[in-house]
Amino acid sequence: MHVEAMHIPDGFINAPTSAIAGVIAAIGIAICLRGARKQLDEKTAPLAGLVAVFVFAMQMINFPVAAGTSGHLLGGALAAILVGPYAGALAVSVVILVQGLLFADGGLSAIGLNIINMGLVTAVVGWFVFRAVIKMVGISRPAVMGAAFAAGFVSVPISALAFVLEYAIGGTGTVPVGTVTVAMVGVHLLIGLGEGIITALTVGAVYLTRPDLVYGVHDRLPKPVVITTSPVVQKGVTP
Amino acid sequence: MKRSVWVLIGIGLAVSLFVAGVVSFYASSSPDGLEKVAEDKGFIDTASAPINGNLPTADYGIAGVESERLSVGLAGVLGVVVMAVLAFGLFWFLGRGKKPSEAADAASDARA
Repeated sequence: MHVEAMHIPDGFINAPTSAIAGVIAAIGIAICLRGARKQLDEKTAPLAGLVAVFVFAMQMINFPVAAGTSGHLLGGALAAILVGPYAGALAVSVVILVQGLLFADGGLSAIGLNIINMGLVTAVVGWFVFRAVIKMVGISRPAVMGAAFAAGFVSVPISALAFVLEYAIGGTGTVPVGTVTVAMVGVHLLIGLGEGIITALTVGAVYLTRPDLVYGVHDRLPKPVVITTSPVVQKGVTP
Repeated sequence: MKRSVWVLIGIGLAVSLFVAGVVSFYASSSPDGLEKVAEDKGFIDTASAPINGNLPTADYGIAGVESERLSVGLAGVLGVVVMAVLAFGLFWFLGRGKKPSEAADAASDARA
C-alpha cells in the first residue's frame, strides 16, 4: 500500500528525444516565467504557491479507475483555471521537479518529457477548454464547475497523446504506436473523469468562497458586482 | 467582510498536509495508467531504475521508518513543506512589488 505515482521513467524514451524535450520544456518554463510575472501580483502570488502545494499533495492520491489500474490528478487544468495558464504550468512543473529530485518519481532524464506532458500541455489545454466553455455558457457556479470538469477531463487524454507522440519519435520499445495510442487514450479517458471531478470540486469550492480569486473568470464576473464599485459610492457622496 | 486570502491559504495548506500526510496511505497501489499500459503492451522492461533511486526519500517513503503508514505520511509532509518553500518563494518573487489593481480590489471589497 504505497504511493505508486509513476511518471515517465528513464529508458522509455531515448536520450536524444529526452534531451530535445528538456530544451522545449526549458523554453516553455521561460515563457511561463515571463507570463506569470505579468499576471501575478502580491495578492495572487501566494495563491499560486498554494495551488502548487495542493497539486503535489493530490498527486500522491492514486484512485482506482479499472481493474488493477489507478490514476492520479495531473493538475495542470486546475492550476491554470485558478491562477492562470502561465503560473499554473509553473506550479505543476515545480511539482514534477520535486517529485523527480526528492522522491525519485519519474526519471531525471525524462523530466523534460514529464514537464511537457503534465505541466505545459495540461495547463494550456485546460485553460483553453475552460475559457471556451465559459464563453458559451456564461458565468454561474454550475457553469464554472461544468467548465472546470470539461477542462480537467479533456486535458488528461491529450496529455496521454503527448506521451504517444514522444513514444512515436523516440520510444525504445518495439510495441507499435497504434497499439500504444489506443491503450493510452482508453485508460486516460477514465482517469480524465477523476481529473474532471477533482478539478470541478476544487474550482467550485474556491469560486463559492472568493470568485474574484478564480483567475479563469476574473475578467468575466457578473455585472452587478461592477456596478456596486462605482467610485461615487466609495467616496460616500451618494444621497 | 470578505474572507482574507490568507484564510483560504491556511485552509488549503491544512488540507494539503492532511491529504499528503494521512490520506496518501490509502491511495491505490495499482499501477497507474502509463505503467499499466507499459505492462500490458510489453514495454515496461525498457524502463531503467532511477539513478537517484537510493535516496532515503525515494518512492515516497522515509528509509528506516518501519511503519508504512508513518513512512509515507512523513514523506508526504516533507514533500508539502519542500513544495511550500519552493513554490511560495518562486511565486512571491514573480509577484513582488505589484499591487493588485484598484479595480480588482474594489470589486472584491464591494462583493463582501
